Amino acid sequence: MILDSTLPVIFAGLMALSLVVYAILDGYDLGVGVLLPLDNETHSDEMIASIGPFWDANETWLVLAVGLLLIAFPEAYNLVFKELYIPAFILLIGLILRGVAFDFRAKVHIDHKRTWDKIFKIGSIVASAAQGYMLGMYVMGFESSVSAHLFSALSSVGVTCAYALIGSAWLIMKTEGELQLKAIRWAKLAGKISFAGIIAVCIVNPLINPFVLERWTNAPYAYFMAIIPFISFVLLFVGNAVLNRLPLKDDSGCWLPFVITLVLFICCFSGLAFSFFPWVVPQQLTIWQAASAPESLRFILVGALIVIPCILAYTAFSYRVFWGKVEHLRYY
Amino acid sequence: MADVLLLSRMQFAANISFHILFPSITIALGWFLFYFKLRFNLSGHPVWMRIYRFWVKVFALTFALGVVSGITMSFQFGTNWPGYMATVGNIAGPLLGYEVLTAFFLEATFLGIMLFGINRVPPWVHTLATVIVAIGTTLSAFWIISLNSWMHTPAGFEMRDGVAHALDWWAIIFNPSMPYRLMHVLLASGLTASFLIAGISAYRIKRGDDKKAPKLTLKSAIIVAAILMPIQILVGDQHGLNTLEHQPQKVAAMEAAWETKQGLPLVLFAIPDAQEKTNHFEVAIPNGASLILTHSLDGEVLGINEFGDNHPPVAPVFYAFRVMLATGFLMLAISWFVSFTIFRGKSLPKLLLNVLVIMTFSGWVATIAGWYVTEIGRQPYLVTGILTTADAVTTIPSGNVLFSFIGYLVVYALLLTAYIKTLFRMARNSVLIEEIKLEERSTQKGFKHSSATKLNTEANL
Repeated sequence: MILDSTLPVIFAGLMALSLVVYAILDGYDLGVGVLLPLDNETHSDEMIASIGPFWDANETWLVLAVGLLLIAFPEAYNLVFKELYIPAFILLIGLILRGVAFDFRAKVHIDHKRTWDKIFKIGSIVASAAQGYMLGMYVMGFESSVSAHLFSALSSVGVTCAYALIGSAWLIMKTEGELQLKAIRWAKLAGKISFAGIIAVCIVNPLINPFVLERWTNAPYAYFMAIIPFISFVLLFVGNAVLNRLPLKDDSGCWLPFVITLVLFICCFSGLAFSFFPWVVPQQLTIWQAASAPESLRFILVGALIVIPCILAYTAFSYRVFWGKVEHLRYY
Repeated sequence: MADVLLLSRMQFAANISFHILFPSITIALGWFLFYFKLRFNLSGHPVWMRIYRFWVKVFALTFALGVVSGITMSFQFGTNWPGYMATVGNIAGPLLGYEVLTAFFLEATFLGIMLFGINRVPPWVHTLATVIVAIGTTLSAFWIISLNSWMHTPAGFEMRDGVAHALDWWAIIFNPSMPYRLMHVLLASGLTASFLIAGISAYRIKRGDDKKAPKLTLKSAIIVAAILMPIQILVGDQHGLNTLEHQPQKVAAMEAAWETKQGLPLVLFAIPDAQEKTNHFEVAIPNGASLILTHSLDGEVLGINEFGDNHPPVAPVFYAFRVMLATGFLMLAISWFVSFTIFRGKSLPKLLLNVLVIMTFSGWVATIAGWYVTEIGRQPYLVTGILTTADAVTTIPSGNVLFSFIGYLVVYALLLTAYIKTLFRMARNSVLIEEIKLEERSTQKGFKHSSATKLNTEANL
């Protein structure tokens, strides 16, 4: 039997899992939206085709992550969304616009298709930036100082860039020819900006949050925390080297940038998560203080343990079905 | 503070009204798609694939609007109604969680295969994906209606230090009003989708589309509507009796019954006056409401006067209830008349086609009106007897809420216009498309003569 005091840890873990899966999966389709060229219809059609079968399910991971916060840590959920009212609203407007633009563009007259493409791109940028801003505010403990907003603005650029990076890596894997070459150029640029972003967070985070500094400098966490930035930088350098050599003959290794970016995302995310654990709202609420009643957590845990493996299995099945280079997207 | 409460309520009402439009179509449209796909599998006739392709596009668009407006809802519990999760989070959380886990991922993932995977998976897997999506949308309705019903008729819990704790999950999920509300909502979706399909098909025929497809879909949809409508009236009546038992104040508002009475009249029309606690310009059938509610002419029905201040505002509930009933009976009349005409083997006159086009979104009107009856009828409570709406609202500045409220209104107005325009544009475009493409000709040739004749008879309007 699971102890009452372990339940919040399990749910924090599940929430972290769904957040990182969200950042990777919706990250690439938001990134594709951010990169959408407005002057090349063939390319934009192909790019949108590459994410067509997936974006709906990708976005569901956000609903799960928010849902887990709501289910397991209702007090934290209330606090976070009270503080982030406006950014959350802007995020939602962004998600709404890009989500529907995706479907409208395929069904309307050619004149309007342009407009929906613009809306898709703007919506994707707005949603990515809003997520970055929310992350920044969270790291800054919802302070409302000028420096906190500056940091959050920086973070929104960083997250948008990171999404563009994984989006371009996705395109390198799913496309070929001219568009693939374009994606390689995008990936190189986004990789460099992401590099600067990671350095900025590594410096700012311990400086503003004393408990983070303590954790980063005291054993045993310090060893672990030192390894993460190291691995991240190695990945960025290796990634850059790979990008310089792509595309190879018969397109081998086109999946490498995506896998490298994916591991990079996991590293950065676990770095952040371990800096804050066990706070669910930095320096205000720990996961134990914010947790729901154990009988409720047990009830949902049973379902989660049965259903999440099924979700992962049929998600894998869906990726297998649409494996390989993107074909011209056709509705049936 | 009053400002934040009013604005938050208006914003939530706008959001949830906009949201429900789309699930109320997709829940049943998913099953229609499964039916079309089955007909194709069984007959092999390309016209059913044509039909499937057209309506799956409508499904995709509607589903996308439902998803994005639904995400908004999951954020708003926290942004605007923190008291809700703080008080009943132990109950609401797991129910919402099960909806995400068992329904959302299922629908979203298999929708991808359903839309884009037909050439990549064996036909039976594609049919399976179609039925899984339909099951997913229905499961989603199951969980959310369970939670909504629990807010009306809470059961299976106890309050400890002002927070609800679960005692019996079975009693929570299948709370007293849940089976009635779920049936009512699922049937409403069936009717909304039926009238949508019939309306768009009628529009295509009106526009000179003489292919088989719109005739077949019009016929299928209107017959489904004609069958579901009387069942819906019966279920609605049972739902009303259930409400009378558990939330008599809501029924009092629905009937504009200010005083407890034996032999309550059935008010057909009136202008309820909350100040004077009376009705103006009342047109009523004597003893009618008592007969319906208690099955006896002299049955006693509790009036608003019994509930002190804990009763909903009468006028909006009263009007919304009448809008729902009027739309429902109109849908009954039209579906029966059109079915009757079709069964007599007559082609539909232009007038009837026009009526069906006008009725395309009649399901929306009835659905929204019905939700207003039940949700406004629950006021002043958010969760009956446990939490009032005023106690649950956020403390953020009202300016923030005003900003987001206007933002949502603008976006929703644009999207709704774009959605309706796009549906009719898709219908117009499909008029120009050939009935059968070249590559389908061979299937058509090998098609058995007998069943082709059968299909022609079936499509004969």
